[in-house]
Amino acid sequence: MNATLFLQNFLNGLSIGSIYAIFALGYTLVFSILGIINFAHGAIFTLGAYFTYVLMGGAFGFNGLLANLALPFRLPFAIAIILGSTIAGIISVIVERFAFRPLRRKKADSLLTVVSSLGVAVMIVNLIQYLVGAEIYTFPPDTYGNLPPAINFGTEANPIPIRSVQVVIFLVSGVILSILTYLINVTKYGKAMRAVAEDQTTASLLGINADRFIVLTFFVSGFLGGLAGTLVGSSVSIAGPYFGIGFGLKGLAVIVLGGLGSIPGAVVGGLVIGLIEAFVPGDYSAYKDAVAFGILFLMLLIRPQGLLGRSLIQKV
Amino acid sequence: MNDFFATYGFLMVSMVLGAVLGLSLYLPLMAGQLSLASPGFYALGGYIAAILSTQVFQVEGNYPLSLLLLEMIAAGLVCGLLGVGVGVPALRLRGIYLAIATIAFVEVLRVLALNLEITGGAVGIFGIPQPFQSAIEYLWIALPLLFASMAFVYRLEKIRVGRALIAIREDELAADSMGINPTYYKVLAFTLGAILAGVVGAISAHFINTWNARQGTFDASIIYLTFVLIGGSRTFAGAVLGGMIFTALPEILRAVADVPSLPLWLSQFFRDGRLIIFGFLIVMGTIFFPQGLVTPGLLKKLRRGG
Repeated sequence: MNATLFLQNFLNGLSIGSIYAIFALGYTLVFSILGIINFAHGAIFTLGAYFTYVLMGGAFGFNGLLANLALPFRLPFAIAIILGSTIAGIISVIVERFAFRPLRRKKADSLLTVVSSLGVAVMIVNLIQYLVGAEIYTFPPDTYGNLPPAINFGTEANPIPIRSVQVVIFLVSGVILSILTYLINVTKYGKAMRAVAEDQTTASLLGINADRFIVLTFFVSGFLGGLAGTLVGSSVSIAGPYFGIGFGLKGLAVIVLGGLGSIPGAVVGGLVIGLIEAFVPGDYSAYKDAVAFGILFLMLLIRPQGLLGRSLIQKV
Repeated sequence: MNDFFATYGFLMVSMVLGAVLGLSLYLPLMAGQLSLASPGFYALGGYIAAILSTQVFQVEGNYPLSLLLLEMIAAGLVCGLLGVGVGVPALRLRGIYLAIATIAFVEVLRVLALNLEITGGAVGIFGIPQPFQSAIEYLWIALPLLFASMAFVYRLEKIRVGRALIAIREDELAADSMGINPTYYKVLAFTLGAILAGVVGAISAHFINTWNARQGTFDASIIYLTFVLIGGSRTFAGAVLGGMIFTALPEILRAVADVPSLPLWLSQFFRDGRLIIFGFLIVMGTIFFPQGLVTPGLLKKLRRGG
């Protein structure tokens, strides 16, 4: 492998890895606060992509109940992605309200909450299929404005072209991750959120409204999911209602690698898996999807608490 | 009567096979473990039967039953071994790890099935030979399997192993401190479920006649899970009934959709929105019937004569 190819793979890996990181943070935030994996997160990812697509004036195809539907206006990408992700966040809050909160009130086994989130995932995915069909939707070619198709990171004589979409994704992810780190580590909201994650009862005794912060967490998680979905959808295409499920499953590998419930772990895990996938040789690209799950198994064997997770202590 | 069997034979066999699949998920749940691996083992068992019967045995005319039994044993063995391999790393840990590991396992199998030559790639394997003349005759093999596994689980619940599993479900730490080795019993329950799913897969490959990577998907995991969770996860009767009813549900919905007085949008929803209804039932079921519809209490009441 020569230096150019190496750099190209490296930058591509960082770009896809940063989307994994954003997406996996959505899992992690909910896990750290409720101790459950929200399997509906992959479906929210898909929803976000569809919302942004519609807000940009995209029309639906011929199948499904909403065939040929399109909004009468067309928003620019920057606004559409924020709005689309916000709606995804709101849906995530609705999911929490109807599928998770009743179980939390009953102090039900966390297994049941996981199952409930699986049910929500199946509902959302198939509702999408019912409404807009299983077609592939591609974002308009001028989604990212008038950027050139590739940016050269090398010299004239020794070019290292990188798709400019990848660069944009990496920058957007970087900004989002910085904002989130600031919110969680510095602001009062972040402190309260971490307090609820540490111990709900103690946090409420200290005057923190735990329910409000759980709702906030679900909103942020859904927002991040929708954002990741839009970034993937706009750089490749929306490959039908199931496209978030596969991505969602890969996100599980990311959080196990980084450590369940660890926020820096989700970022590191995402980047590592993105990089490893980028370096899978072309001849084996069909097996690329299996690599992340291989890593997952390996982690369960060697270091189940993940790269950055706390060791697993059982309290009685 | 013959007409009836010709029309509903396929459905009846599917229901019996669905009930056995329900049991394969019930076994790990006995120990409180959520496994989503059944479709993976089901798909693997099917591939083993399909490859053996189309590429290794290659019999002219009617496919002998003895070879089918041989395939079932082979599928059970391979799935059992693989079950231990997947189960040990995931079940040393507590909580959600088994669900995650089994999802990963199903995905890895799917990627392999799609890309290997021996599994026929995306097209799959066609023309799997038939041991029977008609669909309904598959009951000769499916019903004994269902009864045998029901008897097995019934006995299992009565002996030490079953009580150990239930103790682990109720409180793993307490069970551990009573001298029960949780990892051993959890892996045992998971592996038994894997074997059962593999054997059902081996029958289904012949029954369905073609086999491809669509057999073991995430969707299938959820559907099988519905069998047990809505049917009842605390008694095997719930898993069996759930498996039968939910396998038949698409047919029932199709029949309901054909009721002439129904508005068009509703009948269309019944026809195409099956999985939306499944998802909704799972959410409602977990909230309102956390133990499923058939509970030990209900069975006791029935036994006392209402």
